[in-house]
Amino acid sequence: MIRLGLRGRGDLAEWRDAARALLRAGVPPTDVDWRVQDGGADLFGLADDPLPPPDPSLSAPTVPAAFLTLADAVICHRDPSRFALLYRLLWRVQGERALLSIPSDPDVARAETLEKAIRRDAHKMKAFVRFKEMGPPHAGRRRFAAWFEPDNYIVARTSGFFQRRFTDMDWIIVTPKGSAAWDGQHLTLSDEPSQKPDLIDDTDDLWRTYFAHIFNPARLKVQAMQSQMPKKYWKNLPEADLIPDLIASAEDRMRDMIDREATQPKPFHYRIRERE
Amino acid sequence: MAKSLKQRLAILSDAAKYDASCASSGTQKRDSATSGGLGSTEGMGICHAYAPDGRCISLLKILLTNFCLYDCVYCVNRSSSNVERARFTAEEVVWLTLEFYRRNYIEGLFLSSGIIRSSDYTMEQLVRVAKDLRTLHNFRGYIHLKTIPEASPHLIEEAGLYADRLSINIELPTDQGIEQFAPQKHPARIRQSMSDLSLKIEAAKEPTLKTKRRQRFVPGGQSTQMIVGVDGATDATILGSSVDLYSRFRLRRVYYSAFSPIPDASSALPLSRPPLMREHRLYQADWLYRFYGFDVTEITSVRADGNLELDIDPKLAWALANRDRFPVDVNRADKEMLLRVPGLGTSSVPAILSARRHKRLRLDDLERLRVSVRKVRPFIMAEGWSPLRLTDRTDLRELFAPKPKQLSLFG
Ligand code: SF4
Repeated sequence: MIRLGLRGRGDLAEWRDAARALLRAGVPPTDVDWRVQDGGADLFGLADDPLPPPDPSLSAPTVPAAFLTLADAVICHRDPSRFALLYRLLWRVQGERALLSIPSDPDVARAETLEKAIRRDAHKMKAFVRFKEMGPPHAGRRRFAAWFEPDNYIVARTSGFFQRRFTDMDWIIVTPKGSAAWDGQHLTLSDEPSQKPDLIDDTDDLWRTYFAHIFNPARLKVQAMQSQMPKKYWKNLPEADLIPDLIASAEDRMRDMIDREATQPKPFHYRIRERE
Repeated sequence: MAKSLKQRLAILSDAAKYDASCASSGTQKRDSATSGGLGSTEGMGICHAYAPDGRCISLLKILLTNFCLYDCVYCVNRSSSNVERARFTAEEVVWLTLEFYRRNYIEGLFLSSGIIRSSDYTMEQLVRVAKDLRTLHNFRGYIHLKTIPEASPHLIEEAGLYADRLSINIELPTDQGIEQFAPQKHPARIRQSMSDLSLKIEAAKEPTLKTKRRQRFVPGGQSTQMIVGVDGATDATILGSSVDLYSRFRLRRVYYSAFSPIPDASSALPLSRPPLMREHRLYQADWLYRFYGFDVTEITSVRADGNLELDIDPKLAWALANRDRFPVDVNRADKEMLLRVPGLGTSSVPAILSARRHKRLRLDDLERLRVSVRKVRPFIMAEGWSPLRLTDRTDLRELFAPKPKQLSLFG
């Protein structure tokens, strides 16, 4: 059994280097014990085994492009079994060339489930990051910061989106699973965890006004809202603490609209209609 | 006393919430990486928040003003309504859009307006907002403009240079309905505008002779909205009218909006409002028509009265009315028939087609393809599984229809 510890913070290269060496040495998936490292040693304080030397009798392994795309997403998942799952797939795909096009295969299905979770997590990050302005502009550029709590190690793979969208301002997104910053020239990434900063932005008040008033109390559908905007995100959304009151008052507001007697139009209405 | 920006924002978002659309997808892909500006659009739209009505908030959806010269009976902004009125300047809308965008609350603007002074004056204001965003502020986010009825073609054309999407609301499914409930609007002219716009969109897709480049013109296409439950139109009439609009004017979307109680409603409105479930069923039927190869008449002929079932979805209703077409063999049936199986959809069908090239599929294979086996089981055959003949089952409807008690939730 070969014991290997990886930092496991969404970096595909780290896993790929280890997997390539194992494959070249002909080590079957059942003979590898993948772990998440903490500092130099793993959680139990055990050191890594050295990677075995390549077996010259083996032909060079093949890695289909579709596998790399899949692995690039799966590696970002926090599931501790991701390293082993990917290695098992890589091992099997050497013999079963069509493996990745069989979505009903248990390993493929599992990998696709993880990939889907990563896509969803990244999508929710694009949606729910809220930038707050940090004081006056600096060197002609406005500066913003955001705190976000993703489920998985997705900050690096999602940062390009923010760079392409918020090009003309400086911004930094900090999370417990890494950070990303943009200054107009460079995108700086880190996988170190951050602490929640104290951020206040007065414009949040206008956004909250909008959120409260775009809601139609006659169409309450709390379930539909929560399945798309699960409560775990609420604590970092400036609008979310309005929700309980909006829900609680919805019924009364609707009744009020229905029960209200029709009113008489204002004079300007008659003036307009006379002109017709 | 003059109203503050915040007070006017409250009034003008209150006035905008009855427009169902908040879509920000389906336009060209673009970003600010090379322009150094602000904003991008990348395929899939993003819902930045959800209101407790379950609706996606992806755009700042507001009215420039809720003053209106028209008197559409169903509308909260009609001239005879006593709601509080307010108005933004074009600059204020630009400012709000940019500041909301920078904080990632939204990914664009959906701007509409009541009609003030004249249709052209109002349309000019809307165009100015879009133009300033694009040209003064280098804004590349999504812009949807509602066109103002009777506005001159040159203004609509100018709007199309800056907007991702334009919409022209048909309002009601029948011409009589429009004449009765929106007396200042003219169904023939609404359709004429849609037709003009669709021709311009098509023309812009041809590369010009001089530059060999396609002109950027409303890349997200045009859409419309129909209000459900104001006039007496059946679902068959509504969907028939949608199909007509889709095919004649190549609309991207028809939005259905169940007429909802509004503050200070007109006494000319029907007393009973349609259940929200009706709107949901219309969207499902619309979807079946656009993506599942169904003919609208197949869906609307299930019931004699031309309305969709409320307690079960239209695909299941069709299947139960056409039991002789089932069971469908998941290992042999073609794509078209697989799409007609209740419980299979546009993501599971390609997965089935791909997987079955390599093995004969069993129920547990389907499970791994994230298909709800409980739901599809009665309608399919798979390796090691054949259901009771559907024609022999009398309990199918009960199997799927929710308990009556739950139904009242949507009532
Ligand atoms: S024209 Fe538009 S805003 Fe004015 S009353 Fe009719 S629907 Fe309402």
